[in-house]
Amino acid sequence: MSEKLLMKGNEALGEAAVRAGCRLYFAYPITPQSELPEYLSRRMPEVGGVFLQAESEVAAINMVYGASGAGARVMTSSSSPGISLKQEGLSYIAGAELPCVVVNMARGGPGLGSIQPSQSDYLQATKGGGHGDYRLIVLAPASVQEVVDLTILAFDLADKYRNPVMIMGDGLLGQMMEPVTFPDEVKKELPPKPWATTGWTKDRPKNIITSLELQPERLEEHNRHLQAKYAQIVREEIRWDEYLTGDAEVVVVAYGTVARIARSAVDAAREKGIKAGLFRPITLWPYPYDALGRLADAAKNFLTVEMNCGQMVEDVRLAVDGRRPVYFYGRSGGMVPTPEEVLAEIEKLA
Amino acid sequence: MAKGKVVINEDRCKGCELCTTVCPHKILALDPKKINKLGYHPVTLTDPEECIGCALCARMCPDCVIEVYRE
Amino acid sequence: MKPVFTRPRSLADVSTHYCPGCTHGIVHRLIAEAIDELDIAERTIGVAPVGCAVLAYNYFNVDFQEAAHGRAPAVATGIKRALPDRVVFTYQGDGDLASIGTAEIVHAANRGEAITVIYVNNAIYGMTGGQMAPTTLAGQKTTTSPFGRDVEVCGYPIRMAELLATLVAPRYIARVAVNSPAHIQQAKRAIKRAFEVQVNDHGFALVEVLSTCPTNWGLPPKKALAWLEENMIPYYPLGEFKVPKEAE
Repeated sequence: MSEKLLMKGNEALGEAAVRAGCRLYFAYPITPQSELPEYLSRRMPEVGGVFLQAESEVAAINMVYGASGAGARVMTSSSSPGISLKQEGLSYIAGAELPCVVVNMARGGPGLGSIQPSQSDYLQATKGGGHGDYRLIVLAPASVQEVVDLTILAFDLADKYRNPVMIMGDGLLGQMMEPVTFPDEVKKELPPKPWATTGWTKDRPKNIITSLELQPERLEEHNRHLQAKYAQIVREEIRWDEYLTGDAEVVVVAYGTVARIARSAVDAAREKGIKAGLFRPITLWPYPYDALGRLADAAKNFLTVEMNCGQMVEDVRLAVDGRRPVYFYGRSGGMVPTPEEVLAEIEKLA
Repeated sequence: MAKGKVVINEDRCKGCELCTTVCPHKILALDPKKINKLGYHPVTLTDPEECIGCALCARMCPDCVIEVYRE
Repeated sequence: MKPVFTRPRSLADVSTHYCPGCTHGIVHRLIAEAIDELDIAERTIGVAPVGCAVLAYNYFNVDFQEAAHGRAPAVATGIKRALPDRVVFTYQGDGDLASIGTAEIVHAANRGEAITVIYVNNAIYGMTGGQMAPTTLAGQKTTTSPFGRDVEVCGYPIRMAELLATLVAPRYIARVAVNSPAHIQQAKRAIKRAFEVQVNDHGFALVEVLSTCPTNWGLPPKKALAWLEENMIPYYPLGEFKVPKEAE
């Protein structure tokens, strides 16, 4: 491993993308992710890559469509209002089965909301966002190191499944500075993409990238193909982390930066003799329903903590399936829950 | 002997008649006796001997159904 | 006898879905001829729009991407930035380019993206059934301007070629028509030039092609040719609005 560097989450993400072989990045400025385009505007030229500031988030995601269709590893990033603008493109990208990485350093909403951290885009990210039956793979890092690791994973998953992958962070994670290490080896060989529109050679039939299928039978067949792919992702790509859940009576469920706060609260609860544990989904889609549900055998109740008004809690309830009570504690609008607040909620349930 | 020859892919003709407007000898017309696969009366050459192979018809045709040959 | 006119190799040997007399087919053929004559088929990637030409990818023997409505210039930008040595063109209608896609075309042109844009202006939305377009002429009746386009309410038809020609970066911008053999010959030269500008000068080129929509204009195809001549050309003058510097 290379030396440890102290980096902001946004910048570390940019560097990880470069290490993963991403050579095209299209984005539009928006707080709190602007360090990412700023970093890549300096870094991409050093590696012969392309940084292009698009005229809008709409244009940026469609540039991603074009570059991905041409076979490149490509990324865009934004924050909540900008991610809303990208939903049209994401639906087309999912329909045309193009691999790409989309970063959401989420901020408070709805509407223009605030520039402070939030998790209020959970449902948008995990339940669709744009029109049509499609899924994003959604990865939720909780530290700057995990930002790096999951960014590299995101590009691999995108290529493996020909599917858009979202990295779901928040303003806190993007701005936070932590020591990180990057893999030494810069990936150079990308997986073959025989479907890409690279210019037709005589060796193959022409390639067409499209999400259009006017024949209902064929569109249904395409949807079934997509669903089969999503089912495979559910089987093979679910990731989560558990902390002190073995004997936990109160299982706190949280992801991303909130999971760090929740972990401090779990430690504080343990010091008070409360058997608390933390379950942290790393993939928000596919969601670790089974792993979380298994904890209902021993736990007395579940506490979902989010920086929103209650979104992931719906998935926690699905996982627990009525066997134990599921409680919710959330702050929103850019307010970040404190470990003390979470501890107080745990104590109510102990 | 005609100077030119046109080959009309009748099954692709949509009967729009754009070719008939540009033929200098006015020897292209829809054939009311025929109905092609698409359901149109296809265009036909009414007097092949008069064709000069100018290819204006082919250049006007939106469906590329006419090929033109010349001596 | 020698062949003097045959189907260009880059034009797929299939029947199109276009209505009888629709001049999209002529524009397709001119593009295919340009691709053949420049011998670039094996490094060309097209981008299809949303609108009547949504299925254009079926009609050319080159790689193709189908873009969301209006986004073709952004998609083409992505392709060209990923593969700078390829030839990339978009094929867009007036609803696609001059309405929903104005931001994308203006900024692709302003960046001087080395792409070729073929912009087909028939003054109406064809695919959706003849609604008013930004290019619909003053007084022209459509299904959403049943009393004729009222410029006091809807503004004036937009002249994209002139608008884009005010930008510094574009190398070649022209307007042509395909309603007569003479105009088709001019259109052929302009379209070929628009590809040459990309291949030789690495610059942005756009050709606006005045085209007919007999079905939604409610005219027989032959009369649509005359309607274009008499109504569109006076408002949308033909010509080259921007040419490469060395040719000035």
